[in-house]
Amino acid sequence: MATILVFLETRDGRIRKTSLEALSAARKLGDDVVAFANDKAVAAEAGKFGAKRLFVAPAGAYLTETFTSAMQKAAEQAKPAVILFGGTSNGRDLAPRLAARLNAGVASDVDRLEMSDGKLRARRPVYSGKAFATVEVSSTPAIATTRPNAFPVEEAGGGAAEVVEITASSDSKARLLETKSPEAGEMSIAEADIIVSGGRGLKEAANFSVVRDLAHAINGAVGASRAVVDAGWIDHQHQVGQTGRVVSPNLYIACGISGAIQHLAGMTSSKHIVAINKDAEAPIFRVADLGVVGDLFQIVPALTEEVKKTKAH
Amino acid sequence: MNSVVCIAQVPDTEARIKIAGDGKNIDETGLKFIVSPYDELALEAAIRLKEAQGGDVTVISFGPDRVQQALRECLARGATKAIHIKGDATPDSLVIAKALAASIKNVPHDLVFFGKQGVGTDNSLVGPMVAELLGYPQVNVVTHLEVADGKAIAHREIEGAEEVIEAPLPAVITAQKGMNEPRYASLKGIMAAKKIAIDTQTPAEAATPSVTFVKLELPPEKSGGRKIDGSDPAAAAKEILKYIREEAKAL
Ligand SMILES: Cc1cc2nc3c(=O)[nH]c(=O)nc-3n(C[C@H](O)[C@H](O)[C@H](O)COP(=O)(O)OP(=O)(O)OC[C@H]3O[C@@H](n4cnc5c(N)ncnc54)[C@H](O)[C@@H]3O)c2cc1C
Ligand SMILES: Nc1ncnc2c1ncn2[C@@H]1O[C@H](COP(=O)(O)O)[C@@H](O)[C@H]1O
Repeated sequence: MATILVFLETRDGRIRKTSLEALSAARKLGDDVVAFANDKAVAAEAGKFGAKRLFVAPAGAYLTETFTSAMQKAAEQAKPAVILFGGTSNGRDLAPRLAARLNAGVASDVDRLEMSDGKLRARRPVYSGKAFATVEVSSTPAIATTRPNAFPVEEAGGGAAEVVEITASSDSKARLLETKSPEAGEMSIAEADIIVSGGRGLKEAANFSVVRDLAHAINGAVGASRAVVDAGWIDHQHQVGQTGRVVSPNLYIACGISGAIQHLAGMTSSKHIVAINKDAEAPIFRVADLGVVGDLFQIVPALTEEVKKTKAH
Repeated sequence: MNSVVCIAQVPDTEARIKIAGDGKNIDETGLKFIVSPYDELALEAAIRLKEAQGGDVTVISFGPDRVQQALRECLARGATKAIHIKGDATPDSLVIAKALAASIKNVPHDLVFFGKQGVGTDNSLVGPMVAELLGYPQVNVVTHLEVADGKAIAHREIEGAEEVIEAPLPAVITAQKGMNEPRYASLKGIMAAKKIAIDTQTPAEAATPSVTFVKLELPPEKSGGRKIDGSDPAAAAKEILKYIREEAKAL
């Protein structure tokens, strides 16, 4: 019976979606799924998505060193064959640190997982999605981080996970001084289901409102090409692409973006792609499922109105 | 203030990727290699610290002989020393991290810099692994850095927010866009770099990899979907909405 240990990142007493995706993926790898969280309030939610036991260390706010020692304790008790992390900022910070401590191999940012002859096999996009590598991790434990939106969240219908309290060493050399939310309320492109992105076709910074309005109406996050990030129209947290974030939302709407290879690398794995561009030859149309040749300043506001109308019904 | 900067040499971001005959690696023939873009930010941060506070900037790269080219470029930009650890490219980041950590121990340093990710491998693993192996605090995905009084104050990018983290030196920093604007090499720098010998090393202990390539494949060609004329914006908007609702099943 292979045990799979999943790191659950919590926020305001809830498990983050990317962590739930990892938890759902874990059930396909082994029948004994256990989890770690820093908050026992999530035991019911963890159980609902398949965790039988929940290791809890009241570790407080995320700090790499304390959480590494907490996860080490959980791993010592659970003796997992595989440890999964959802690919959040903290998951990606913690997985390699824990791997080095446990002398374990890691596959990061994976979009497929399976056990093959008792070993973890994972597929991961490389060269920013220009190729896919399948790797095998032969260490025990084997570690992987999952790409946001790559695995479906599936309920297991179990009762609350049994809480196992553990203590973690709290001597972290690094200290968190403060958390700043420069754009409070703005959705991050990392985990968004829908992203509306703008490029140089917007002509100037003020016109980003055209994209923001649609994103707002459709409940999506705002993305951007590097050209407009470099121009200072929007913060680089929004940049999609090879040197920005690689995203795979359900729906990606590109407005006034030409589709340079470095941009395509960051969004081609989106499930549905709509592109609006006035140049019929723009490379973005090669990856778009629905391409609209026309003026974004007319089409995007019209679409925003249509979306608002639908939602009013 | 002495810094070490770990440099990954990666295929040019414009490059088309071809699969080698073994079906596991990329075909390197004719491929242009560059210093990974995030490592340029890391190097720039280290050079600025050296300019302000003195000390050395040592660049280290693990890989085949071609990585010496990347090291030369870093020397031309202002690094003062370079170490090449010989080894074949490997999918096991821990093998790379162990070789780097062993070498870094022999170099005086207050800070160890990385890129937040090697563009291409896209792992984001090596920096935190080295931090753990050396027992240092780490601040990952840093957009702003100040170093004073034996401490680093670093802004770390997380989803939709930024954390301000204080770490005593020595510490590991991984660089994210926004940290600085990397400089180009000057002619003088290129000339000066030629006089610096690259210290070539072989890994002290050869770690056995536990991550291996099974297969490398290209993504299926996107068939290129439907293209419609948007000269009637209202009609186009309706068509997009239909697609969003019926095919993307959103809204
Ligand atoms: C090392 C490296 C890394 C890079 N990393 C990234 C990255 O991560 N992400 C990224 O995005 N780029 C990246 N780039 C930059 C990339 O090469 C392109 O320069 C950039 O993506 C172009 O942005 P854009 O599409 O907004 O602008 P442009 O290429 O200028 O395209 C603007 C588009 O808008 C259209 N347009 C104009 N007016 C209208 C209108 N009224 N209505 C509709 N359409 C209109 C035009 O037809 C055109 O296609 C990188 C480059 C390098 C060298
Ligand atoms: N072969 C290497 N030699 C030196 N540094 C490396 C090497 N591979 C990765 N790094 C460093 O680790 C960072 C993260 O790389 P990766 O974990 O591969 O995404 C890079 O930006 C480099 O700073």
